[in-house]
Amino acid sequence: MLLSEGDLQAIVLTLELASITTAILLVLGTPIAWWLARTKSWWKGPLGAVVALPLVLPPSVLGFYLLLTMGPHGPVGQFTQWLGLGTLPFTFWGLVVGSVFYSLPFMVQPVQNAFESIGDRPLEAAATLRASPLDTFFSVVLPLALPGFITASILTFAHTVGEFGVVLMIGGNIPGETRVASVQIYDHVEALDYGQAHRLSAVMLVFSFLVLLALYAWRPNPKKV
Amino acid sequence: MNATIPDIRARFDLRFPEFHLDVDLTIPGRGVTALFGHSGSGKTTLLRCIAGLERAPGGHISVAGEVWQDGDHFTPTYKRPLGYVFQEASLFPHLSVKNNLEYGRKRVDASHGHKVSLDQAIDLLGIGHLLDRKPDRLSGGERQRVAIARALALSPRILLMDEPLAALDLARKQEILPYLERLHDELAIPILYVSHSPDEVARLADHIVAMEGGRAVAQGPLVETLARLDLPIHLGEDAGVVLDAVVAERDAQWQLARATFADNPEAGVWVRDSGHEAGHHVRVRILARDVSLAVTRHSGTSIQNILPGVVETLADDTHPALALVRVNVGGVKVVARLTRRSAHDLGLTPGQIVYAQIKAVALIG
Repeated sequence: MLLSEGDLQAIVLTLELASITTAILLVLGTPIAWWLARTKSWWKGPLGAVVALPLVLPPSVLGFYLLLTMGPHGPVGQFTQWLGLGTLPFTFWGLVVGSVFYSLPFMVQPVQNAFESIGDRPLEAAATLRASPLDTFFSVVLPLALPGFITASILTFAHTVGEFGVVLMIGGNIPGETRVASVQIYDHVEALDYGQAHRLSAVMLVFSFLVLLALYAWRPNPKKV
Repeated sequence: MNATIPDIRARFDLRFPEFHLDVDLTIPGRGVTALFGHSGSGKTTLLRCIAGLERAPGGHISVAGEVWQDGDHFTPTYKRPLGYVFQEASLFPHLSVKNNLEYGRKRVDASHGHKVSLDQAIDLLGIGHLLDRKPDRLSGGERQRVAIARALALSPRILLMDEPLAALDLARKQEILPYLERLHDELAIPILYVSHSPDEVARLADHIVAMEGGRAVAQGPLVETLARLDLPIHLGEDAGVVLDAVVAERDAQWQLARATFADNPEAGVWVRDSGHEAGHHVRVRILARDVSLAVTRHSGTSIQNILPGVVETLADDTHPALALVRVNVGGVKVVARLTRRSAHDLGLTPGQIVYAQIKAVALIG
């Protein structure tokens, strides 16, 4: 057996986390990207900067603040406790929340760029063809922005798979709950089990390469008519 | 004006940092009205205000008796029964030609029935063979024809066209113009046609609204308006008249046809025979620079078309050396461009009898 049961469990957990994060960000990131792409408001700058923060912030900083906010004395923690859900840190769903913040720019920015490159004209053309704004969004904007959505989803998924710092800060290292592949590798190295670490690292390396290969090989030509 | 067809009323006052659109217009609810002017004169902005693509607070627009904007009332573009053709075709690149055509059509409330059938629109624009193609597989001219058909297929109450030919080269323009003429002849949909091209206006328009600096500086029926010498916009080399005419006879030996004027069937001009049968309605365009005047009838000249008339008015042209002279040929107005010196030497005054020697006539449509 190439990989131990613990390794497999970590891989499955990682894929689960990445899939759920990507799905949530598709729903959450799209309106943010649309607003950023279309608004002329003064708030565009500040909000755009907040969305981009995870790109430059050390994951430990993000994790630290999330830990405080979601912890028993933080506002979110108090709220989740009031709902009877307990607190989120050191749970899978705590990781999901952390990943959503951590990967936000990887979803929002490509989708925002796709929206911006569509321009006003197709929207105006749709309006003169009796399509309401919502109708236009689904019948014109989404199809035209599809390449942007695919790029964004792949990036978000891959970035979440590669997450480490935030997980360690708010998830800890609970097998089957928060122990994702990157943490598992860290554990192997800590335990001086280099053979295990090699195998899992190789799997991650090949996976990451294939994902990026897919992204770069599949590059539709943007067509403007 | 036919009383059963309500006019189009448009009143807008819209300020931009460097531009002020200020119009109050009544446009006939039939035929083709050209919004004509140089770029930056506000004609496209006006069209966008009419469509609701541009919001002009306090504006008013009513079309065919329906108020689209007045006071606080503003019908969003997608609820206005209009068709719009942009300068660039703006087809949806992810849809085939057929699906582009159906996009708007299937969103129209069809309870009143379609005035224009999809087949009719496809037919009129000659795009039947393109239906399965994607827009990126079409030429520029084909794309624009699809865009026009797409707007027509909505059976709009009014068709707004924003320089639909401006982005095309001359050959593509020539390809599309006949289709536009068919729209004009075969459909009872009023068209507002934005253009800066005197050629297109001469061929297509029944009415003209001349725009300059955000204001409508002149308007009226095309034939009358072009014959005005006090037209505030200067057409320069394109100054001239457009006349409605009928093919009266054809001279097979010399490949010529004689077109007599609708306003004066006694008078006419010989033009190159373009294959129209006798009785066919045509338009002829006579540029002022192609008309010279003589006080006596000349013989021994190569000019075939010499029309006797009476000088009506004289006016200055753009260049200080030039003058425009309007001659009334039994009810038909022809404009000639002379140097001011010739006008002086000939002693031209209103009421004087002259012979208009017409060097070139263009048969359009």
